[in-house]
Amino acid sequence: MNTLDTAAIVPKGFAAPITPVTWEAAKSRKVDRDNRETVGRPFVDDPRMTCRQINVFYGEKHAIKNVSIDIGKNEVLAMIGPSGCGKSTFLRCLNRMNDTIAGCRVSGEIRLDEQDIYDRAIDVVPLRAQVGMVFQKPNPFPKSIFDNVAYGPKIHGLADSRSELADIVEDSLKRAGLWNEVNDRLDKPGTGLSGGQQQRLCIARAIAVRPEIILMDEPCSALDPIATATVEELISELKAQYSIVIVTHNMQQAARVSERTAYFHLGDLVEVGKTGRIFTNPSHQLTEDYITGRFG
Amino acid sequence: MSPTLLLAVLLALSSLTYRLGSKRAFHVAKKPDSPVLHSRPGYHGMLVALWCLLPALAIFVIWHIFSDDLLSAYAVQSFSAAHGELSQARMELLLNDLRNLIHGSYFSREIDPALQEAADRYLAMRQTANTALAVVVLTTATLAAAWASWRISPALRARNQVERVVKICLTLCSTIAVFTTLGIVLSIIFESIRFFQQVSFFDFLFGLKWSPQMAIRADQAGSSGSFGAVPVLAGTFLISAIAMAIAVPFGLFSAIYLSEYAGPVFRKIVKPMLEILAGVPTVVYGFFAALVIAPSIRNLGMGLGLPVASESALAAGLVMGVMIIPFVSSLSDDIINAVPQSLRDGSLALGATRSETIKNVVIPAALPGIVGSILLAVSRAIGETMIVVMAAGLAANLTLNPLQAVTTVTVQIVTLLVGDQEFDSPKTLAAFALGMLLFVVTLALNVIALYVVRKYREEYE
Repeated sequence: MNTLDTAAIVPKGFAAPITPVTWEAAKSRKVDRDNRETVGRPFVDDPRMTCRQINVFYGEKHAIKNVSIDIGKNEVLAMIGPSGCGKSTFLRCLNRMNDTIAGCRVSGEIRLDEQDIYDRAIDVVPLRAQVGMVFQKPNPFPKSIFDNVAYGPKIHGLADSRSELADIVEDSLKRAGLWNEVNDRLDKPGTGLSGGQQQRLCIARAIAVRPEIILMDEPCSALDPIATATVEELISELKAQYSIVIVTHNMQQAARVSERTAYFHLGDLVEVGKTGRIFTNPSHQLTEDYITGRFG
Repeated sequence: MSPTLLLAVLLALSSLTYRLGSKRAFHVAKKPDSPVLHSRPGYHGMLVALWCLLPALAIFVIWHIFSDDLLSAYAVQSFSAAHGELSQARMELLLNDLRNLIHGSYFSREIDPALQEAADRYLAMRQTANTALAVVVLTTATLAAAWASWRISPALRARNQVERVVKICLTLCSTIAVFTTLGIVLSIIFESIRFFQQVSFFDFLFGLKWSPQMAIRADQAGSSGSFGAVPVLAGTFLISAIAMAIAVPFGLFSAIYLSEYAGPVFRKIVKPMLEILAGVPTVVYGFFAALVIAPSIRNLGMGLGLPVASESALAAGLVMGVMIIPFVSSLSDDIINAVPQSLRDGSLALGATRSETIKNVVIPAALPGIVGSILLAVSRAIGETMIVVMAAGLAANLTLNPLQAVTTVTVQIVTLLVGDQEFDSPKTLAAFALGMLLFVVTLALNVIALYVVRKYREEYE
């Protein structure tokens, strides 16, 4: 590949080059490796969540360094980067799951609909109902499939009656694309499902409490390609209603499901931008190194 | 050569043959155009050592099982020649005297010269026999080792043979517990059968009166004894129930606090202290119950106008409950800690509070283990002896009132068997029947709990 038609992939707002540039020329314009300022566009016009100057410490370790980024309405934001770069840590800040880890300190400001979620007055319990989470390893409760999905609605009193609860369960399982596979065995244990089914059960469980934002921490890393495809399809459907933040090691997956991609490197948010541009013409040298497989 | 010395020599010999065997295997392997050894030299050495040790050890053990009988029979031969044919009982008495004489613990004033002669013969013969044994054992060991070492060749599957011997050893060790249990059960069963030949089974199981005193002589005044186990069993259950009513909530709640809420420092201090509670000897708990708790309960009861026996079921049950707390808490704590963090995270991420997570996710997942720990505690409570002996009393009252004195199965077994007893009276044999009853009850509890756990288990992972 010697020439690149960058005009097609540079997002609006950037001055489009008039003539196609050579690969060598494009490369020479990359931001230097030592520069850890965020390049690209971390902010959006209609954000659901805004994160400003987030720093996270595990004891002495500075795990997240001064990260600022927005999460837009009905968008899928993919977070990529080498292992240990802080993607998952950052994700867990967004619904304060880091509170459960001893010695973890978070500073900065994260606002969900203008409300600072680290404010003292904020109760973490309703926050987590608003910002749901799906984990790397499927973790269904050792209960029946029905009870797994009904767990959240029961706790939050979302259903007045048994039949209403059953409706929520059915609706959530349908949206997670699991209903047809399990509707005849809702009373069987959720742990008896296959890995891909378990993960979709966990997604159904998360959407049953009607969150507004869903955080996914490598949701497909334990799944085979077919199950992965099902989950990715599900993500594309869910973004009509939710904002989704997904951490992934699989760059093809990030390219397939997300609108925007953020590249993390050793605790720094190095580059954010439209997914298409990040994967075809990254502005930062580190991003390019990563997506071309030079490390990570 | 004394048996201990012989054994030491045998062990030394076998470790020597281990060295020789591995050396020889090296030499065999080093020969030009020798194929590769199937097993490493260490295994060849071990095989030689085993051949040296095991047959010789078998001879040694078999001789020591039978030697005393053989030697005694030999020694007594001369004796019966002097005194003519003897009755069975007289013979056993003589043998007993002979043994005492040989071990130097015969303190009768005059020693029968014939007996002395027999003892001398016994000792002389034993001397000879030990020497012969040493010769036989060491010869066997050497020959077997030589044969095994001669067998060493590249194709010999020494590793497989050594591993088979090791496997047999492991199997034997694991079956010892089973055989011990079997032996205990059988011994209880045989004695119980003797009891039930004298006392009707239904009278024992459903009788409401327990009064095991028997007249020793026919002309003695006194009851003929009645062996209804119901009051005794009821006492056991009453005290165990009180103990569990203390131990289960306190133990479980402390386990939940320690594993889910307590900081690492608090946990590090409190958990070992709870375990110290488990290490206090039960007899000390017994003092505590009898000298501190029982009087204070009685005083409290008197203050409230309630009639309280000085040895009440409540006092024994309370102290027993405290004793059992660490069993429940320590085991449950381990089990709750074993519930994967991912389940807690999953629940918290749905907006559940910590207590909702514990109630709805952690405890159900840990339930089989918790039931197991409670069950262990129940078995402890039912089988506990010392506290109830000291604090619960001997009166077999059939009552549910925890302020009265009751007695338990274990207390009755102790009182029936303490002191000089004849082993053919129903009074003594009743202890075995009670033991049997206790065994069956605990077994049934275990089976029921296993069933419950299996049915309601919520499996994770």
